[in-house]
Amino acid sequence: MKKIVFFLFTGISIYSFSQDDVNPTIVSGNIQTIGQYYQEDTLINAALPDQLLGFNGFANVNVQRGNFRAGVRYETYLNTLEGYPTSFNGTGFGYRYLSWSDEDLELTIGNFYDQLGSGMILRAYEERQLGIDNALDGIRLKYNPYKGIFIKGMIGKQRHRFEDGLVNGNGIVRAIDGEININEMFDSLRNSKFKATIGGSFVSKFNEDNNTPLFNLPKNVGASSFRANLRYNKWRFNAEYVYKINDPYPDNQNELFNYIYKNGEGLLFNLGYSKKGFAIDLSAKHMDNMLWRSTNVSVGPTDLLIGFLPALTKQHTYNLAATLYPYATNPRGEISYQADLLYKIPKKTFFGGKYGTSIALNFATSYTPKREFINDLGSSRQSYSTRLFSMSDSILYQDFNIEIKRKINKKWKFNVNYFNFIFEDRAVLVAQHHELIHAQIAVLDLTYKINRKHSLRWEFQGLWTKTTNELITTTEGESVYRKEDQGDWAFAQLEYTFSPHWYVAILDQYNYGNSEPSKRIHYGLISAGFINGSHRFSIQYGKQRAGVFCVGGVCRAVPASNGLTFSFTSSF
Amino acid sequence: MKKLISVLSLLMFSILILGQLPSVNLKDMEGNSHNFAKLNNNGKPMIISFWATWCKPCKAELNTIAEEYEDWVDETGVKLIAVSIDDARSSSRVEPYVNAQGWEYLVLMDPNSDLRRAMGVNNVPHTFLVNGQGKIVWDHNNYSPGDEEELYEKLTGL
Repeated sequence: MKKIVFFLFTGISIYSFSQDDVNPTIVSGNIQTIGQYYQEDTLINAALPDQLLGFNGFANVNVQRGNFRAGVRYETYLNTLEGYPTSFNGTGFGYRYLSWSDEDLELTIGNFYDQLGSGMILRAYEERQLGIDNALDGIRLKYNPYKGIFIKGMIGKQRHRFEDGLVNGNGIVRAIDGEININEMFDSLRNSKFKATIGGSFVSKFNEDNNTPLFNLPKNVGASSFRANLRYNKWRFNAEYVYKINDPYPDNQNELFNYIYKNGEGLLFNLGYSKKGFAIDLSAKHMDNMLWRSTNVSVGPTDLLIGFLPALTKQHTYNLAATLYPYATNPRGEISYQADLLYKIPKKTFFGGKYGTSIALNFATSYTPKREFINDLGSSRQSYSTRLFSMSDSILYQDFNIEIKRKINKKWKFNVNYFNFIFEDRAVLVAQHHELIHAQIAVLDLTYKINRKHSLRWEFQGLWTKTTNELITTTEGESVYRKEDQGDWAFAQLEYTFSPHWYVAILDQYNYGNSEPSKRIHYGLISAGFINGSHRFSIQYGKQRAGVFCVGGVCRAVPASNGLTFSFTSSF
Repeated sequence: MKKLISVLSLLMFSILILGQLPSVNLKDMEGNSHNFAKLNNNGKPMIISFWATWCKPCKAELNTIAEEYEDWVDETGVKLIAVSIDDARSSSRVEPYVNAQGWEYLVLMDPNSDLRRAMGVNNVPHTFLVNGQGKIVWDHNNYSPGDEEELYEKLTGL
């Protein structure tokens, strides 16, 4: 590993010294560190590791000179932050690459990230906040043989763990992809209102991992996909279909899905119309058994994934809406629909006000596909059949939300939100009570600009869950009807910013409506930050409740904690 | 390991010119490809702003600039390039949002964070000011109300 890194850098440095100053050497990179000191707090069941301190650090250095580019990433997990995958430990190099490119060819050796189409068939990516990194380690070639035609091929192993350095999985991933942009290809269509791009991929994996003597698992598994993006004037239509041959995989949570010999498929549609001040967008997704990994041995939920399963829901950012009942794609399969409507009421009108008012409506829903099981439930070898967009009546998720945003005058701005969620926790097991949860959330977000550089921002949020007809006796001996999950929450935050360098914020979350009076806990947090150019330093102290943290439809459960968190990020 | 450090440091202290744009191919909302290193504004400055549809401060920054963008263009000839790091889940939300807000920026899609990595962007919003010679002269990793004033001062000071 060290030899390889040394080789890469010697190569590029020899090359760079032999060049003249026409091609300057460009060095860029960044650093990110997060440390957390944990304190005991039995009331909220806070995480308290023996080492008391969690610390994750990352530093990237990229060097570019002429057609060459090389880079490394140094990673430090001493010890890994609580809630982060425990398979990341120690300190060392986690990523290194060398690439060469000219007008129409690009060659990369070492680690690389890539995405084919929407990523359902293959997505090698990094989501550092979640601890996801399935970078490929191998060789990739991209070639542009004719204008508008793009071809790429790649082969490699996937990053699996980190133990004082990169540890790849055993499986091998091989992929080819082609894309044609009709309008770039034919000069006569260059300025056409009709635009079309079509593409297709074939991906296969090879692995011999097998921890069960019961089944004869396929060593090679292939998948193919086809995609098209069409546009006409202000209309846009995207479609993508992916098909994967059977790939039995252990499922410890549900026997019906354990080592099934079932093909997987996914179909994604998106239709949209948008013009200045108005947009409408509709999406539909059918996905079944499309989760695949470069191993057939049970690993962590985000380990060795080849494809990415996008969730058709809006990613919320307000605390209560984002971290209690957030939606992640159901990896076994789901049928989802989403509709968005955006409208900006023009400025200087009665409803629009002086600056205009933005309204965004979003509706999303997901159901389990209708599955016809082929064997009786007594057999350990199950499989089932599905039909495209044929859904069962078991709901996984529903989200209706509306956002109204308006600048009142030079001083005041507001943002009002309402959310209505139905969340099936028996499918994802992230809440305290695994049940079908109905929640409503309201948010008021106010900004007041004191003067050119000083601003205040207030955030008020409330979350209310439905009352069940289950009568319980509290620790205080009262008989009450239990509210779903943890009941009601209130949230308030005040933030003061002094542009461009400082901010300080204080917030409190209060589980005031928990059916159990002893669990009506305040979670107070104070934070401050200093920003100078690309340097950003922040510190926070207080209680954080257990929650779910999501990026891009992939979520990670974060344990409750109490203590001091500090972070530093910078780019150069 | 020592060798690696010595080579690295040798490299970093050799003839460096910081702040040129990396060569990464990106698509705009219509699917046309752009080589980022070749973007130029005929000798006029450019603002490069990394954002995402799920990032509130990013949208606040770009909406605030949008209110004054016409004036900025008249005064300095600046061109703003908004690079969306939305992934496959949310990339279909970019075009409806941009059009509904009526942004006049060039919007580029970076769905797998290739440009983000190449430019060393940790998190969004991260805004760069590029002068007429294609060099990064200022950047800022945050947005609070009022930050656009600092950007405007730097822009007019070029």
